[in-house]
Amino acid sequence: VAGKIYGAVHPYVGQEAVAAGRVRDLTVTDRVTSTHRGHGHCIAKGADVRRMMAELFGRVDGYCKGKGGSMHIADFAVGMLGANGIVGGGLPIACGAALAAQLEGQGHVTVCFFGDGAAAEGEFHEALNIAALWKLPIVFVCENNQYAANNAVAVQHPHVDIAVHAAAFDMPGVVADGNDVLEVYARTGEAVARARRAEGPSLLECKTYRWHFHAMRNTPPPETRPSDEILEWKARDPIARFERFGIDRGLVSAADIVTIRDRVKTDLDEAVAFADQSPFPDPKDLLGDMFAE
Amino acid sequence: MREISFQKALEEAVAEEMRRDARVITMGTDFTGDPVKEFGPSRVRFTPISEAALTGMGLGAAGCGFRPIVNWRMVTFSFVAMDQIVNQASKIRYMFGGQADFPVTYRCTTGGGIGPGGAAFAEPVLDVDAPGRAQDHPAVDAGRRQGALEERDPGRQPRGLVRVQPAGRGHGPGARRRPRRAARRGRREARGTDVTIVALAYYVARSARGGRGAGARGHLRRGVDPRTLVPLDVETVRASVRKTGRCDRGRGAGHLPAASEIAGAHRRGPRDVSGR
Repeated sequence: VAGKIYGAVHPYVGQEAVAAGRVRDLTVTDRVTSTHRGHGHCIAKGADVRRMMAELFGRVDGYCKGKGGSMHIADFAVGMLGANGIVGGGLPIACGAALAAQLEGQGHVTVCFFGDGAAAEGEFHEALNIAALWKLPIVFVCENNQYAANNAVAVQHPHVDIAVHAAAFDMPGVVADGNDVLEVYARTGEAVARARRAEGPSLLECKTYRWHFHAMRNTPPPETRPSDEILEWKARDPIARFERFGIDRGLVSAADIVTIRDRVKTDLDEAVAFADQSPFPDPKDLLGDMFAE
Repeated sequence: MREISFQKALEEAVAEEMRRDARVITMGTDFTGDPVKEFGPSRVRFTPISEAALTGMGLGAAGCGFRPIVNWRMVTFSFVAMDQIVNQASKIRYMFGGQADFPVTYRCTTGGGIGPGGAAFAEPVLDVDAPGRAQDHPAVDAGRRQGALEERDPGRQPRGLVRVQPAGRGHGPGARRRPRRAARRGRREARGTDVTIVALAYYVARSARGGRGAGARGHLRRGVDPRTLVPLDVETVRASVRKTGRCDRGRGAGHLPAASEIAGAHRRGPRDVSGR
């Protein structure tokens, strides 16, 4: 796919347990908002990887007709209300979705993903305040991958646990191992159940780590994070850990895992082929969806 | 013709929309009248002073099928929410490939740029360059008839996009049900022959109502109130400038770079005649 993806892409590699652990048990009528690093959330919520790939390639069969790119992938049909190019920008939108769910009264919930960097934004505090005040059915999931762009958490926050903010807004605040899919599932499951019972929001912080650069570009900047730190986190690869868990418990065999990995690879190869054959948008559609028809 | 205040007209217009469409909800730090009594606290939301959160929540709820009316109160307060207005609201429908409509109405007062609070009494007109929404600026004085709020053509509004406008009759969240009226046209305010003054909202009365203001060097003004900034009625401005040969932006239209350029071909005199 070299040279075929347009714009910056923020890889989710290393953080998979957070999206997978939280989103897989949601229904289509539950809604999710995402971040600039949103591919994992889209896949977990049920978006089609072929249309995602077409969007990365800037093609008309992409979710945004090729005009949005990596940071705007959305699939409203499955309750994926969009990635967001602005740090913290998704939190107010998620509260609006939760407000809609509260008014609908059907027990739907909203899960709002954001990073540790967003906790330094004003929108984070406004959103948590109003969500708590109105007991909105929302779960705030902070993916603390230890770095906001290139600056470590300790450089940006007086307390390295983002979950401490929950106390100020009178909501539960929990720290989970974000590289353990089952722990993420259990901890956030409690929060989702609370939201469904109309008891209000929770703040879950999942400690995790991104393996790659903040943003994939043609010429990535030099890695500034300590190499032993990177190795340490890679040793806690959430996918490998879950595979070991399954094998140790006799739930899956090594052969099953090879089969699953092959299937994922096939899906992605098909997605690339699908994206490759999709045309670029027609320039005459440049202003489509901008004005009233 | 019934004469009511601008505030009362807005109050009635919002109530009318809420009666007509259960998906209309309204959020703000304060309300005039007692809308909670009729519509209940779930649809009439008293909010903390959190402009960014409210602006984004309007979007989120709209994307999920509701038609929120968010009251910023003063346009200057909305500037706190610039991320949600410019980065999110203006682009959200386009960037998501038109997957969903976001029929949210943001309302606020503009104008009145003199006052004791320097930060809060400032620019009367919101960013005109951000795409993706309509922006109406009715220039209705207190005491003028509510009917003045009706003169919008819902059919020409960006469908399902964000509208930065007062929630007036005929262009509130369910406006499409109403019959089409005249297109979103500017209005000629004065018939002076010397210079065209383009002004908006509160500033129409100050700049575009004709006469010979001192700052206008005695020129007879020909006023144009575009009323809707996005989309802009270029032709009405141009037609006026064809008559006067001069054009300037009055107070409240300072963010209207197009006006003098539009008129440029017809301009013959000095620009500095507006009385600003």
